[in-house]
Amino acid sequence: MKSKMFAAALLSATILSGAASAKTLVYCSEGSPEGFDPALYTAGTTFDASSKPIYNRLVQFEPGTTNTVPGLAESWEISDDGLEITFKLREGVKFHTTDFFTPTRDFNADDVLFSFERQLNQDHAYHAYVEGASWEYFNGMSMPDLIKSIEKVDDYTVKFVLNRPEAPFIANLAMDFASIFSQEYADQLAENANQSDLNQKPIGTGPFQFVAYQPDAVIRYKAHPDYWAGKQPIDDLVFAITTEASVRQQKLLAGECHIMPYPNPADIESLKANDEIKVEEQEGLNVGYLAYNTQQAPFDQTEVRKALNMAINKEAILDAVFQGAGQAAKNPIPPTMWSYNDEIEDDPYDPEAARAMLEEAGVTDLSMKVWAMPVQRPYNPNARRMAELIQEDFSKVGVDVEIVSYEWGEYLERSKAVDRDGAVLLGWTGDNGDPDNFLAVLLGCDAVGGANRAQWCNEEFDALIQEAKTLSTQEERAELYREAQVVFKREAPWATIAHSVVHMPMRKEVTGYKMDPLGGHAFEGVDIAE
Amino acid sequence: MLRFFLSRLALLIPTFIGVSIVAFSFIRLLPGDPIMLLAGERGMTEERYQQLRALYGFDQPLVMQYFTYLTDLLQGDFGTSIVTKRPVLQEFLTLFPATLELSFCAIMLAIVIGVPVGIIAAVRRGSWLDQSVMGTALVGYSMPIFWWGLLLIILFSGILQWTPVSGRISLLYYFQPVTGFMLIDSLLSGQEGAFKSAVSHLVLPTVVLATIPLAVIARQTRSAMLEVLGEDYVRTARSKGLPPLRVVGLHALRNALIPVVTTIGLQVGVLLAGAILTETIFSWPGIGKWMVDSVFKRDYAVVQGGLLLIAAIIMIVNLIVDVLYGLINPRIRH
Repeated sequence: MKSKMFAAALLSATILSGAASAKTLVYCSEGSPEGFDPALYTAGTTFDASSKPIYNRLVQFEPGTTNTVPGLAESWEISDDGLEITFKLREGVKFHTTDFFTPTRDFNADDVLFSFERQLNQDHAYHAYVEGASWEYFNGMSMPDLIKSIEKVDDYTVKFVLNRPEAPFIANLAMDFASIFSQEYADQLAENANQSDLNQKPIGTGPFQFVAYQPDAVIRYKAHPDYWAGKQPIDDLVFAITTEASVRQQKLLAGECHIMPYPNPADIESLKANDEIKVEEQEGLNVGYLAYNTQQAPFDQTEVRKALNMAINKEAILDAVFQGAGQAAKNPIPPTMWSYNDEIEDDPYDPEAARAMLEEAGVTDLSMKVWAMPVQRPYNPNARRMAELIQEDFSKVGVDVEIVSYEWGEYLERSKAVDRDGAVLLGWTGDNGDPDNFLAVLLGCDAVGGANRAQWCNEEFDALIQEAKTLSTQEERAELYREAQVVFKREAPWATIAHSVVHMPMRKEVTGYKMDPLGGHAFEGVDIAE
Repeated sequence: MLRFFLSRLALLIPTFIGVSIVAFSFIRLLPGDPIMLLAGERGMTEERYQQLRALYGFDQPLVMQYFTYLTDLLQGDFGTSIVTKRPVLQEFLTLFPATLELSFCAIMLAIVIGVPVGIIAAVRRGSWLDQSVMGTALVGYSMPIFWWGLLLIILFSGILQWTPVSGRISLLYYFQPVTGFMLIDSLLSGQEGAFKSAVSHLVLPTVVLATIPLAVIARQTRSAMLEVLGEDYVRTARSKGLPPLRVVGLHALRNALIPVVTTIGLQVGVLLAGAILTETIFSWPGIGKWMVDSVFKRDYAVVQGGLLLIAAIIMIVNLIVDVLYGLINPRIRH
């Protein structure tokens, strides 16, 4: 203990004197991670603190894009029937060496098997290693149904055998739940009956290694000296947990942190005007929508849905709700995603025409419910306000709106019901940059009574997205998805409202930060200019 | 005195059971299902949902759940957080020293300023001094803490740059916590400047958290003092020609402090309530912030365990206050 303190004292003394150029990047994060095993959780805050700095995956997203590139797998081959995917693993990859673990071997196929088997196999020693281990993403992406087996061909070759061809599978493996753990470390913990440390004292192959976590206060990492892609330009990475957005901003201005996520929309202009700060921005990979219940009269008529869509003044919503930090949505997928169909024309804002269309459809004196979410989400910063604006818009075409709201968990559950009353405000943020992750999850026939809040099952649309799933080239798939968007627009199960724009304020001296379209925060390659 | 103490102690048992029922029901009365919240927009299959419900025992009748909970409690098991999967007691013990340190500094500040100010106001009753003290106390008492905290941050950290914005110590200092109290740990670390940094981080949150108790203590001291100053024995002391300072300091103060001690004891609850907001504003890693986060996540185990532990602290402090009160004022023992 004493020697550690002495070392820490020395370290901080050198930081203070600035003699040795130990570079520390401080990130004012917005919340505490739930743990350090990303496969157990679904929150972005947890991924930022675990999978992004500490771990690698077989396949990774190229920073700043949704393209998949080799990670711990150098290459992969897909069999002609699409059922077997063989990964060639990278050699010479070192796990972290810390004061609680010293690896004796490099990364190999056993680690891949361990990382997936623990989620797949109910009898695995690490399947229930923390109380309530639930592997939400693994299950949510239907991995247990999809994966038939995972085989070790040799030390550096792993084969996944699937039950059906699944084009988005590679992109799925780039997601946080697919992070690769050290089997050797897990075995060592099991031997000492310390299994839960796998979630508290993480070991990975990633760019940064874990040093210490003080709950709700600070997480410390240092650069992995033997990182396979090269040591990071900064030496230390610190997450200063700061839940209040205005306080994060003050810390950024005071130089107490270098980067902060989620600024208050109202403060963005003043941050942009500050000489010491730069604000990067990017369209979020998300969509906010209003889902009608297409199985219920009169919303089962396409004309009625179209008419209501034309009654919504999206520009007013973008001003009042997004304060400019968003753009109007015409498709169910955001424009940054491949296969986005830009030729589609949005329904014009035209209350007069909308009123006429409703009359023609025989709908008069309509009263309906609009559901407003009780929480702030990236795709909808203020659902209540949005619902009020829609209420006003609809009243102009003779439709009377009652706004209802429930507690968030209740809201999610109740809005799934097929016999649900009214139209629901909701949205989605992409997981893996694949259009299937929006179109099938939110609008497929299988999702009726679940994530498909419009309860919309259209044969033509469903056939397109199902076929797209089985094709292996992106061009072929994109064509079908573009067609599916045409069907979507024609049938109008939703009013597509907006894609938000995400802002990331940072100090001017920070270089090399790339915004992640999937909404994560990663510091690989980031440097601080002297 | 012993009998008085024991009877007070015995009273704790039914109170504790009562609180455990309230803590247990409180979070369950709120709408919302923690398992649904775990999955968020992603959702989960019905089968998975039932599995998880069974795992946490939520499929049992409420009464059964309560008895399981109580049985666990008696074995010292406060449950496991649904969100972080860590034992509630362990989380509480990690975070509590931060709250204790902040609350202790705040109550000290409130006493050190509040008591003398209250005395001065009472002695100078009706003067402009008295009126301004009472006016300020009223403002302090009704101050919205969240706004007040942000205001101080913007002024002292943002514009003047005298104090750091949030946290407990500069991140340049890194040492393992020994006691959990940053003022002590920073000294133990032997790192130059660490203690100073810890103190500078404490200033603003202490001031914010002390605001309401300070106002309450000042007002209470003033009115208790006024009452005592009107008593016969004080008048006698005065008429005997004792210097005013001796009358107030010696004769009146001792008796006036009796109700003030009770007030200070009662401030513990106020402090813990205030800590919830103060800790949230200043990113102070204590139990206040922990509880707020857990209510939003419907983390049943944390909310009920946390409430129970906080209630236990308040009850114990009240017991101590009662005993102290008994010591100062023998009449109460009977």
